Amino acid sequence: MTAAGRIVLVIASLLLSLTYFFPLWQISLEAPQYPEGLGLEIWINQMQGQNPGDLQKINNLNHYIGMKTIRPESIRELIVMPWVMRAIMLFGLIAAALGRRRMLLAWLVLFALVAASGLVDFYLWGYDYGHNLDMENAIIKVPGMTYQPPLIGSKQLLNFTAHSWPGIAGWVAVGSYLVTLGVYIVERRRERVA
Amino acid sequence: MTGGCGNGSKDGVAGTGDAASKVYVAPGTHDEFYAFMSGGFSGQVGVYGLPSGRLLRHVPVFSQNAENGYGYSEETKNLFMTSFGFVPWDDAHHPQLSQTDGVPDGRWLFINGNNTPRVARLDLATFETAEIIELPHSGGNHASPFLTPNTEYVLAGTRFSVPIPQQDVPINTYKDNFKGTLSFIKIDSTSGAMSLAFQILVPGFNYDLSHSGKGPSHGWAFFSTYNTEQASTLLEVNASRNDKDYMAAVNWKLAERYVAEGKAKDIPASYRHNYLDDARIAQSEIVKSVKILDPRECPGMIYYIPTPKSPHGADVDPTGEYIVGGGKLATVIPVHSFSKMLKAIENKEFDGEVDGIPILKYESVLAGEVQNPGLGPLHTEFDGKGYAYTSMFISSEIVKWKLGTWEVVDRAPAYYSIGHLMIPGGDSRSPFGKYVIALNKITKDRYLPTGPELTHSAQLYDITGDKMKLLLDFPTIGEPHYAQALPASLVKDRSVKYFPIAENTHPHAIKAENEARVERDGRLVRVYMSTIRTHFAPDNIEGIRVGDSVLFHVTNLEQDWDVPHGFAVMGANNAELLVMPGETRTLAWKPQAAGVIPFYCTDFCSALHQEMQGYIRVSR
Repeated sequence: MTAAGRIVLVIASLLLSLTYFFPLWQISLEAPQYPEGLGLEIWINQMQGQNPGDLQKINNLNHYIGMKTIRPESIRELIVMPWVMRAIMLFGLIAAALGRRRMLLAWLVLFALVAASGLVDFYLWGYDYGHNLDMENAIIKVPGMTYQPPLIGSKQLLNFTAHSWPGIAGWVAVGSYLVTLGVYIVERRRERVA
Repeated sequence: MTGGCGNGSKDGVAGTGDAASKVYVAPGTHDEFYAFMSGGFSGQVGVYGLPSGRLLRHVPVFSQNAENGYGYSEETKNLFMTSFGFVPWDDAHHPQLSQTDGVPDGRWLFINGNNTPRVARLDLATFETAEIIELPHSGGNHASPFLTPNTEYVLAGTRFSVPIPQQDVPINTYKDNFKGTLSFIKIDSTSGAMSLAFQILVPGFNYDLSHSGKGPSHGWAFFSTYNTEQASTLLEVNASRNDKDYMAAVNWKLAERYVAEGKAKDIPASYRHNYLDDARIAQSEIVKSVKILDPRECPGMIYYIPTPKSPHGADVDPTGEYIVGGGKLATVIPVHSFSKMLKAIENKEFDGEVDGIPILKYESVLAGEVQNPGLGPLHTEFDGKGYAYTSMFISSEIVKWKLGTWEVVDRAPAYYSIGHLMIPGGDSRSPFGKYVIALNKITKDRYLPTGPELTHSAQLYDITGDKMKLLLDFPTIGEPHYAQALPASLVKDRSVKYFPIAENTHPHAIKAENEARVERDGRLVRVYMSTIRTHFAPDNIEGIRVGDSVLFHVTNLEQDWDVPHGFAVMGANNAELLVMPGETRTLAWKPQAAGVIPFYCTDFCSALHQEMQGYIRVSR
């Protein structure tokens, strides 16, 4: 690898530390009686409302339709994800230090696998919350209705429009991946030419 | 007159089409100003949006309010404690917005209780009464609560002079035994907390209204007086004999210095100081003494300026140079000059003295007189562009005149019998201007009749042009005695949306539903209850016995803006509760007979509001 490629890889790896300072993902809910906004932010190690009190409001709304209470402290992913992210960052730094193109490829594959499994996990989590309803205690029952938030994009859920998009840290991770992919492509082309 | 308004011809410009568009605030948009209007004998404050005149809220201050349990709940009852015991009503007259540098800053609103001498402080982050202090040695707190330009002090002058200390004396010994006081309440600059710093003992006149100096006259305050005749009977005649009464000019900076030098005597007193503590529970303390300054021992602290005739308003213009007197029976509006006053003091241009207080020569202090202003000048506010607006009670109009030339430039009728008038920031160093509001006592045919008692009203006039233009009138709560207004931006962004439950330090709060419980201690039963959409916990309460005292400590667990919950018990002898999100309020209840008593939420909170209910079983 060229020195420039290694530097870019170091920067791309270090950029991932921003996932500690910004949300990875956000789900915002829109309804007329919430002009002040309402939503959830998923961080690498925590889940919280977009505004203070939002999580409680969402749980309170969810209880009408029999959804489980969202308890961030009981979500295992929030404990695992920081370690996974640290491992990716470390791997990236080692790849840069060793300067081996294969390591770079391995990093890209690993990152892609982690991202994919993260999305699958997020989908399953949303599926579980949206489908696994306590119909015994659900106050509002709409035949055939489930409340799974969209994986990405927007969806109408009763009186709410739910929007699900990456947060700042999510976009940073995407950017970090694309930059590294670019490095890999350039490096490979350069070696072929050589 | 092209407008379609039925009585357009009587209204003048209100009949023209553009008045409506000038007060139109489209749905979903906000008014430009908050106006805080006294509720007068309702003891409350009405909060209105301007220019729409929409009533946004009425804030209970000196009156119990069954709507939310204010003054009934265990957390708020103490706000009504006085040296006379529990006084759940008053006559609130003069709202005053806290100021920084002589301009309203939107932090607090002060208002007087005229009847049982008190001053209240409202917190404009919550629109709640946060504190009430009683004034000893005072009888009728009318010249109150006027502020110094940085809210250093709230000033209060007694309307009625009384024996000090109170004693059993013949009323016809008024001249010998009755005295007045001017009170100086110190305001803590960060918390707003009030404490009575000192009082000045003054001759037994009636002290009516006040305003502080500003700019060059900062450090001085001016109080109007009537009944300098010191009559004690048939005042309408006997207190109207003197051609001139006085305006008291008080050098409060010097008074402050005299207090620091130990010139004030500690005089026994007994008055209440009530305030919300950190847990939002009203505490009531008895204070046992007050520092009193005697003008005889404090040279230079106070002077009397002769002012015709039974002066009412005492208003200082934005430059701080002119002090305008409104003589209820005067045929001119006298304007005093602060710089001439200082010169007169320096040259000792006196006309005698009363109880050690020098009386300045009228001519030496006078800046000018507004001639033929109308009848019954009361109050004056300023637009910051060199004009003054004076309310004329008897001739029922607003008169606009020019400072310096003293010429009347415009007049507009008021419907009817205007008392105070108000320009947003109109008593400050830098008025926001734009509108003048007439606060009228009588409405007669202005609205649909409602029996013998008709609403009072506020009338809004555009003052941006040369001539005043009537835009709107709207009904008000109680008596809109005086009002203050300021740009909405100074208040609205600081408005509290809910109380964080984690910061609720009420000793009987619960932080989660699983802490809900019933605890018995002898005959006292405490119910630790939570509310959240759309249920109470517990919702069935058993084990209550006739003869128990039950305290429902209701905590609203919501953390959502605009979602209070109500709590009402069938047959409760006091009131319901309205509990704000994150707040704890307590209702005391004594079950009277065996049976099952329902309780429910009174504030429509969600689709299942009607299901938000429960039962209390009462056993023998």
